[in-house]
Amino acid sequence: MKPIRPVGIVGYGGYVPIYRIKASEIGRMWGNDGCSLPIVEKAVAGPDEDMTTIAYEAARYALMRAKIDPCEIGAIFIGSESKPYAVKPSGTIVAEALGIGSHLLAADYEFACKAGTEAFQTCIGLVGSGMAKYAMAIGADTAQGRPADDLEYTAASGGAAFIFGLRSDETVAYVEGSCSYATDTADFWRRAGQPYPCHFGRFTGKPAYFRHVITAARKLMEELGLGPEDFDWAVFHQPNTKFPLKAAKMLGIDRKKLEPGLLVPYIGNTYSGSSPLGLAATLDVAQPGDRILMVSYGSGAGSDAFSFVVQDAIEEKRPLAPPVKAFLAKKKYVDYATYARFRGKLLR
Amino acid sequence: MSGQAAIVGVGCTKVGEHWELSVLELAVEASLKALDDAGSPPVSAIYVGNAASEVLNEQGNLAVLLADELGLRGVKAVEVRAGDASGALALHQACLEMAAGSRGPVLAVGVEKLTDVMIQEVERVQMLFEDARATFHSGITIPGLCALLTRLYTQRYGASYEDLVLFAVNDHRNAANNKYAQYPFPIAVEAVLNSPLVADPVRLFDTAGVGDGAAAVLLVRAEEARRFSDAPVRVLASEAVAGEACFSSREDLLSMSSLRKAATRALKRAGMVIKDVDFFELHNTTSVVGVLALEELGLAERGEGWRLAREGQIAIGADWPVNTMGGLKGRGHPWGATGLYQAVEATWQLRGEAGKNQVEGAEVGLTHNMCGLDSLSCVHILARWEVRT
Repeated sequence: MKPIRPVGIVGYGGYVPIYRIKASEIGRMWGNDGCSLPIVEKAVAGPDEDMTTIAYEAARYALMRAKIDPCEIGAIFIGSESKPYAVKPSGTIVAEALGIGSHLLAADYEFACKAGTEAFQTCIGLVGSGMAKYAMAIGADTAQGRPADDLEYTAASGGAAFIFGLRSDETVAYVEGSCSYATDTADFWRRAGQPYPCHFGRFTGKPAYFRHVITAARKLMEELGLGPEDFDWAVFHQPNTKFPLKAAKMLGIDRKKLEPGLLVPYIGNTYSGSSPLGLAATLDVAQPGDRILMVSYGSGAGSDAFSFVVQDAIEEKRPLAPPVKAFLAKKKYVDYATYARFRGKLLR
Repeated sequence: MSGQAAIVGVGCTKVGEHWELSVLELAVEASLKALDDAGSPPVSAIYVGNAASEVLNEQGNLAVLLADELGLRGVKAVEVRAGDASGALALHQACLEMAAGSRGPVLAVGVEKLTDVMIQEVERVQMLFEDARATFHSGITIPGLCALLTRLYTQRYGASYEDLVLFAVNDHRNAANNKYAQYPFPIAVEAVLNSPLVADPVRLFDTAGVGDGAAAVLLVRAEEARRFSDAPVRVLASEAVAGEACFSSREDLLSMSSLRKAATRALKRAGMVIKDVDFFELHNTTSVVGVLALEELGLAERGEGWRLAREGQIAIGADWPVNTMGGLKGRGHPWGATGLYQAVEATWQLRGEAGKNQVEGAEVGLTHNMCGLDSLSCVHILARWEVRT
């Protein structure tokens, strides 16, 4: 998929809450001796944070880099599975807080962990078709895992925002193309009214994550006439440390190309924010001319693959907002009891 | 039952996570391989061993469905259910069918698909093989019971856990050369000891994995066997013995009376003593269970079974080769299929088709498949065609 007119990223921003809980602390709580912890630690939203505040923080930084009048943004889409309201848009909350005008298309997306990148594609389409001058896509979550479940070790909070506009000297990277792959594969789900998601254990691997990520990535490369060696950096959805590294290996991509965007060991799986935050962290280090592969994954299941080429404007715009690594370094550890309080796990 | 049946065809699927295949499709694949191996003769009866398809796969009546899928209209179709001994018990029933004068070949199939449900459900269903009144409702799992046995064994006999897990290491070494194995690679003792704790002191790499699979053998009456195969394998004995279903009421937790009785009867039927057996396919839910089996078979004194593994005596090429194609740990343990995997693997050995794992001069093999932990044991003694008793 390519827009008729070339589209690029005019601004981007990431945000990760300050609180962390170590996987070993969760393991201590549930009697896990530490042999199989999937990450080191994960980011925890504070008691005064939710998905919309995280989205707002990321969007604010994206606007700082974009250097545009917020009123020129014609659309805002937020991908998340932790919307504060079951019925009531989150995008309107964030747009109002950002000072984006009211002549606005706003919608929330849901597709497990890939809702953020679906927002990318919608924005690219709107800008590419001329229906919007600028459009903002946000992937953000305060993901929840059932206490003691495997997911509790990784389900984390964070998000990233991207503003798309027509390719110009002001865009920090342009979109070469995108490709999606979706099937009815029930590896992870949460029914209405349930507080925590269910998942199908090892089924989430080969027939779910790897099948969709690899198929979408290969199709994108085929359509663009590119090979794994043509990419300088790669970002995959990061449900744990192992999966993105294995996906890279399967595609023949050197693991070094993942390093800047591989955030999961230190912040966990930020669900809809996961691959967008990885992309933001990669843009923080990429040089003009670099090509970035990004592949999201959402259970249920599907993947969106993108190829971005970094432009000269990255040098000027990068310092205008904090890099993702600034949020990685700024952290306060909490114990399980505090985490349980912050995340509303105790009934009162 | 003895001496009246011969195996003329075998087949199996790889043990693993067969997300794309149903329980029935797995059974069909193994059955067609076994039939093809024997020249696809008309079959008069099929016996299907399966532990829990109604709970795990929302599908019962597997024998009739399999007959239909295979196009075997008008045959006798029987489903056999005895937990994770269902496969060997299906083979046993098929042998009885031959002994009763079956008019044609009989197909024995074992199949299980465990990956249709979450691991917690697999553990729950596996516990249903034990006495619900005394064991299941306590909340303990099969690995939990194995942990109790492991602690008791190491405390009573002075063996270390490190010694015991050499049984699992032996399984993996043999599985490395079995293309149908779930885990076809060797592992070191350290890898077992560093794997996640499942039930203290039992570690993950000491427990049989969760996998799907199906295995099948085609039986004919011994006197007709050469018509179907150049190298038929004799079933010299097929015994099934109920043990003590209630784990907590056993006189000694470190004995397995069902195996002892089944093996004694089988050897007597075959006119053999244990030293006549060239290799063993044993039911090792975890290492301690395999070690106890060595002792029940009389290969070692009580409390000495672990030494056989430590001294290398259960390796291929040694005195008592055990689990020559990987056993429950290496090849995998798809419950109702396990007993028939053992029969398929023993047939490969006796035909000289075991490749790098061939036990030189193998003439007689013994298989032991068990339900739960000593609820029921099936022992088969299989022999090369030339062996007569």
